[in-house]
Parts: sequence; C-alpha cells; structure tokens
Amino acid sequence: MADPTEKARDEFLSEAQEIVETLSRNLLDLDASARSGAVDPALINEAFRAVHTLKGLAGLFGAQRLGQMSHRLEDLLDDLRLGRMTLGPDVLDTLFAAVDVYGRLLAQEREGRDDPSPAADELLARLEKLGSEAPSRAAPATEYDLDPSLLAVLTEYEEHRLRANLEQKMRLYRLRVEFDLTTIDKALEDMKARAKRHGEIITYLPAGEATSADAIELDLLMASRDDLATLIGALGADNVVIEEIPRKRTSVGTAPPHKPYAGDLVVRADESVRPSVHGDASLEQGPSLRSLTQTVRVDIRKLDALMNVVGELAIVRGSIARMAERLRAEGQRQLTAELQRLHRSFERRLAEMQAGILEVRMVPLGQVFDRLARVVRQIGREMSKEIRLVITGSETEIDKLIVEELSDPLMHMIRNAIDHGIEPSNLRAEVGKPPAGTIALNAYQKGNHVMIEVEDDGRGIDEQAVLEKAVRLGKIAAEDGAELSREEVLALVFLPGVSTREAVSETSGRGVGMDIVKTNIGRLGGIIDVQSEPGIGTKMTITLPITLAIVSALMVHIADQVFAIPLSTVSEALSLEPGLSRMLDGREVITLRGATLPLCRLDRVLGLERRKTPAPRKHYVVVVSLGNRRLGVVVDHLIGQQDIVIKPLGRSLASVRGFAGATELGDQRVGLVLDAAAIVDEVLSGADVLRERGALHG
Amino acid sequence: MRKILVVEDSASTRAFVRSTLESAQGVPDVEVSEATSGFDALRLLPRGPYALVITDINMPDINGLELVQFMRKSELHRATPILLISTQSSERDRQRGLRLGASGYLAKPFAGKALIDEVERHLRSAGVAPTPAGESGRG
Repeated sequence: MADPTEKARDEFLSEAQEIVETLSRNLLDLDASARSGAVDPALINEAFRAVHTLKGLAGLFGAQRLGQMSHRLEDLLDDLRLGRMTLGPDVLDTLFAAVDVYGRLLAQEREGRDDPSPAADELLARLEKLGSEAPSRAAPATEYDLDPSLLAVLTEYEEHRLRANLEQKMRLYRLRVEFDLTTIDKALEDMKARAKRHGEIITYLPAGEATSADAIELDLLMASRDDLATLIGALGADNVVIEEIPRKRTSVGTAPPHKPYAGDLVVRADESVRPSVHGDASLEQGPSLRSLTQTVRVDIRKLDALMNVVGELAIVRGSIARMAERLRAEGQRQLTAELQRLHRSFERRLAEMQAGILEVRMVPLGQVFDRLARVVRQIGREMSKEIRLVITGSETEIDKLIVEELSDPLMHMIRNAIDHGIEPSNLRAEVGKPPAGTIALNAYQKGNHVMIEVEDDGRGIDEQAVLEKAVRLGKIAAEDGAELSREEVLALVFLPGVSTREAVSETSGRGVGMDIVKTNIGRLGGIIDVQSEPGIGTKMTITLPITLAIVSALMVHIADQVFAIPLSTVSEALSLEPGLSRMLDGREVITLRGATLPLCRLDRVLGLERRKTPAPRKHYVVVVSLGNRRLGVVVDHLIGQQDIVIKPLGRSLASVRGFAGATELGDQRVGLVLDAAAIVDEVLSGADVLRERGALHG
Repeated sequence: MRKILVVEDSASTRAFVRSTLESAQGVPDVEVSEATSGFDALRLLPRGPYALVITDINMPDINGLELVQFMRKSELHRATPILLISTQSSERDRQRGLRLGASGYLAKPFAGKALIDEVERHLRSAGVAPTPAGESGRG
C-alpha cells in the first residue's frame, strides 16, 4: 500500500505543474492586456494566487528552492496587485522567466535531485532588483456608507481593489443575489461574465443564515462606472436586488473616529470632482450594506407543515362540535352552551390562522410577468414582429408554489401567440390593424380563483383547420366533428398534436403543444379556456386556485360515502341511463360524442358495501381527463362543488393508491379525495387487476 | 467520529491536511471532508455540525474571512472552532480573522506535527469527546 503522504506528494507535484501551466497562460493574457493599455487587475491577482499557492505547497512538501523563488515572486506580485508597483515590460519578462525556472525546478523535484540551479539563482537576483521601487499612492477622500462588518471581512487585496476603484470615481453597488446551491457554480460564472462588462466585483459575502437547505444569498460588492438603471438592465433578474451605496456627505474635519472593526481601511474618494448623485441630505442615512428590511425568508415547506396542523385542528374542532351535540342530547344545557361558545371562538381563530398562513404564501404575479416581458421583447425581435405588451393586474397575488410553475406555460402561450397569432406587419396593414401587434396579460382575482388572460390581436384560430387536423389525427370522428359547437372545436387545440404546426418554425419549433400547457396548468389545479374570433384575436384564460393548500372539488356520493374529485381534473359530468353502457374487450364503456369512454365503478373497485340504500337506478358519470386520457367515474349522486383543504392520509394509509388525501366535510365527517391521476393510471393500464378485484366484490 | 471540514482551493494542501490528520500518527477518530472553495464550504456546512473547520484565508470569491463571519452568524456553526491557514506575510488578514471569531491560525508552510497539535488543541477546547472506539468503524 502506498504511503498516504507519498500519495499527497504525487498530488503536490501534479498540482504544482498545473499551477505553473495556468500561470503561463495567465501571463500571456496579462501581456496582451498590458499591450492594449488596460491591465486587468483580476489577471494579476490570479498570477499572485498561483504563486501564493505554489509557495504554500513548496513549504508543506519541503521543496526549498521552489519555496524561496515563490516567496520572492509572491512579494513582487503582491506589490503589483496592491498597486505598489506598475507592470512594465521588464517585470513581465521576469515573470515569464520564472515560468521557465519553475519547470526546471519541478523536474528536479520529480527526480529527487537537488542540483544547483544557475537559472534559479539568476532569477532571484533579478527579482531582488525589481523589488525596490515602490511608489505608493495616497487614498482619496470621501467616505462611503459602508457597513463596518463588510470592511472587516475584506482581505488586503479586496480592500485595495475597493480603494483603486474609488480612486477612479467608480460608484459602489450592493447586489444581493440568491443562488441555488446546486447550480451556484454555473450561475456565479454567468453573473461574473455579465458583471465584467460593467465593472468589478470586489467581494462575495454570504448574507446571514442560509435561507433554505438549497439556496443561499450572497452580497456582492461591485464597483462600476454605470448608473443604477444600466446595471439593473444588465444584471437584474428575479434573484438579484441591486442597490447603490451612497457616498456619505461628511464635511472636512469631521472625519469619523477610527472604528476598530473597520480594520485599517478608510474608503475615500474626492468629493469635489464628482458631486454626489444624491442631493438629498436625508440620504446620509440611506441604504447601507446593512439590511433594512423587516422581513424573514421562510421555506414554503414550513408553511405547508403549518397548514397541515390547521387541518388537524379542523378535525379537533369537528370533535368538539360532536361533543357539544352529545351534551345537548343528554340535556346538559349549561355545559352545552359553554362548549358551543368555545367551539365558535375556536372556529373563528382557526379560520383566521388559516387565512393568515395563506396570506404569507402569496406573492404578486408581477414576479412572473416581469420575466415574461423580457421574453416578449426577445421573441418579437427574433420573429421581426413588433409587439406591444400590455400588463394589468400584476399586483394580483397567488400562492408562491403556483407562481413558480406558471412561467413555463405562460411563456409557451405567449410564444404561440406571437408566432401563430400576430400577423406580419404588412398583413396587419392590409386589414387595417396597427403595425405593432398587442399581447395583453391580464390578471385578476375572482372569488377563490385567480384568472390570467393571455390575449392577442392577431388572426385568431382557424376553426376549420383545427377540426380537419383533429379528424386527420383520429382524435374525433368526421361525422361527429360536424356537430361540434364553436367552443367545442376551439377546445380541440388542447388535444395532443392538434396545436402543433406541420412546418417547423424557428421560434417554437413545431409549436409547443397546447396539450402540454393544459397538462401543466392542470397539475396546478387550474383549467384553461380558449376564445377566438377570426381576424380579431385569441384569448386564453387560465383559472387557477389561489393556493394549492385549498382545492376546488366536485363532491360526489358513492355507496353512501362522500368523495371529493379535484375540479381541475373533471371535464364534465353526465347522467348515465341504465342500459346505455356496453362491454368492449371486457371493459364497460359508453360512447361520448363519437369517442369511446371507459367507465370505472368505484364502488366495485373499492369494495364498498351498500348498507343503507340500494344502488340507484340512474347513475352519473364524472368524466375525469388528464392530458389525452379520459375515464368516466360512475357515481350515485353529484353533491356539488366545494373548496376543500386536502389533508394527507396517515402513515398507515400512505401506500394506498388512488387517494390524494382526506378532507373534512364540514358536517363532522371526513371524505376521501380521489387522486384522479392515479385512478386513471390504474384503470387504463392495470385494467386486468382491477377487473379481477371488481369481480370479487361485484 | 469527529467531522473536520477543510476549506482550501489547493488540492494538494487539502490532501496533505487529510493524510496528516487521518494517518496512524494523526488525530484519532476524525473524518475529514474537503471543500474546494468558499462556496463549496457553504454547500457542505449544512451537513455538519463539524467539530472543527480549517480554512484558507485567500480564496477567490468567498474568502476565508467571509466564511468565518458567516459561520459566526449561523446558529449551527456559531460555536464551531475555526482554524485559519494563512501565509506568513498576511499578518493583517490573520488579525482580521481572529477578530471575526476564528479560533486560531497556522502560518503556511506548516509541518504535519504542528497541524496535528493545533487540531487536537482546538478539538479539546471545543469539548468534543471522541466517540467510543467500538462505535466508530475506523480500521
């Protein structure tokens, strides 16, 4: 077995080699940047870091000659990066010579030789000579309102860069950026690349405690010549907040006392040369690097957990109500009255608590609309179409989890609207429309729902083409097509393949299938409708629950039990007269508008016994649809629509498929919430098993 | 097992620290995790708590001082001893690190013995008792 320290030594040699190679590339870049007249300080710092690391390594592994040379070089590069020396051609020559010497020394180390090295001695002598010219610069004189705790964590180099930037009359900005820890490396490189065009990032400071297990906020201290608006334009995003750090307006002679935690740095710039951008004296107490907000960030899962507790409490409340009822039956009047008072108070507080938690989850839709505004500009340019975007209701609030999932579907809809809807400007002119196409994004609240409309003033949907395509794809029988209403024809665009194009377009390929959009919206418990007028435009309306914590459901009776079917999965309900269904391949089906609809009798599948009432003569079919798969769930009665809070089933029932959870029905009973997706899956794919089970119980 | 996090952008310095601490002559019952940068450390810290964090000061982006400040503000890592690794020349950075709440420092270059002594001293001062030998699967 290899000695672990021997292994570490091998690692040292290969790392040292890599570092020297990097240093060499780095010097070439530095040479190029010096020739162009603007030395990039980041390159000098990288060279310094390379040599610094080499020095440390040489020390750890006892490579004396390497260590000695690195030590001198480090001093030189330290002077360069801290601005105590300027980078001239002779300095660069010496640095290039050092790369050669490093190569030789490393070769010696590898072979375990310790010969005298004239090249190294010569280099050391050259370094000696260079080291003595050290012009130092005075710091300029205005204070910035920098948080001392920030200054305390700057390394000497970062502090120098801050000072150097201020000497060049740069403005200072604080960028608070939230990074996903899993993608931080890429995101950070991307951020750096974009920032580089506008200035220099001086340091990256983790801002307090991690907000969640997988995200972190960093404060980036950035110096830039650009104004705030330019920077926001260049670097702004949902996860970035940019703030300018104002200059402190201190008069001469009232320099603040030395703060011990501010280290040795006094950040100064010449006030007289560039007047303060802020004429307002109140800005003396303006935003500093210290956070002024009173907000806390909360992982949404914690709110989910709280909501579950509310659900538990609702069940407790139900028990109290039952107890009050029992007491009343036993004639305990006074106790009943007291308990009922308690119950009412409990109920009120519980409702307040539920509303409070829901409110905390809400964020304005503007978050996603802003992102879409950028997309509209971009797609408009790509397609050479002039687009005017009109947004209303961006202050409408909706559950955070829903907002996160909305941007993709909305983006697809907007792409489709620009690509397929808005006509080229010459065609628009022919029909008397303004050359710029309009896309309107409207949001508003309606009861427990949020409505989002995506409207365009384009050519509208060609009904005939949609119908023909649906028939050609076999989605619908030709003879049935003729009977469809206008709305029904338009709704066909949500079937797979119907909304996609024959010809590939650059923007949306074959067009993002509206079926995917519908599925995604459906996953959020939402539904989507389409209205269109030929030549006038198209309007897609999304109806979303305000929160996923509360769901609209169709309540149904099956064998004396109440079940809830989330409304987002229900496409329609119809009555089932006896004798209307038939058997097809061993499965009960009906024909619905020319298409075959498989039925599922839940009472049989679940083995429900009908104790109180016999099976009714007439049943109802609730058509549950998920994407292109449809299933008719046979129920005894339709009770109606109700907003429910879904509670997870206990651990013992967690593995039972087919139920999304349970809900309190408000009349002290608990109903099961059907997981439509699982049932459709189960019935349409595992039909054999279910039929067997059905036969057992049937 | 006591978990130690080494934050250092040089792979061979990390390897040196790890092999020194985990060798037979090293510190008993320690498990060394390596972070290659300040960001990497932020990613690994939640997997703690660590009995000790050893960090370089001069790292790109998030430097060692910022890591110290971050840890001292954090509930989970407030009390974790932090050992700084710095070069002889950067006295000023070292002092800043100590003021921010680092527990000690080792100047580069350091010998294996000095590292072991310093690590043992900090582990002792943090009062982290090693788990009984029977529980640790160290072989």
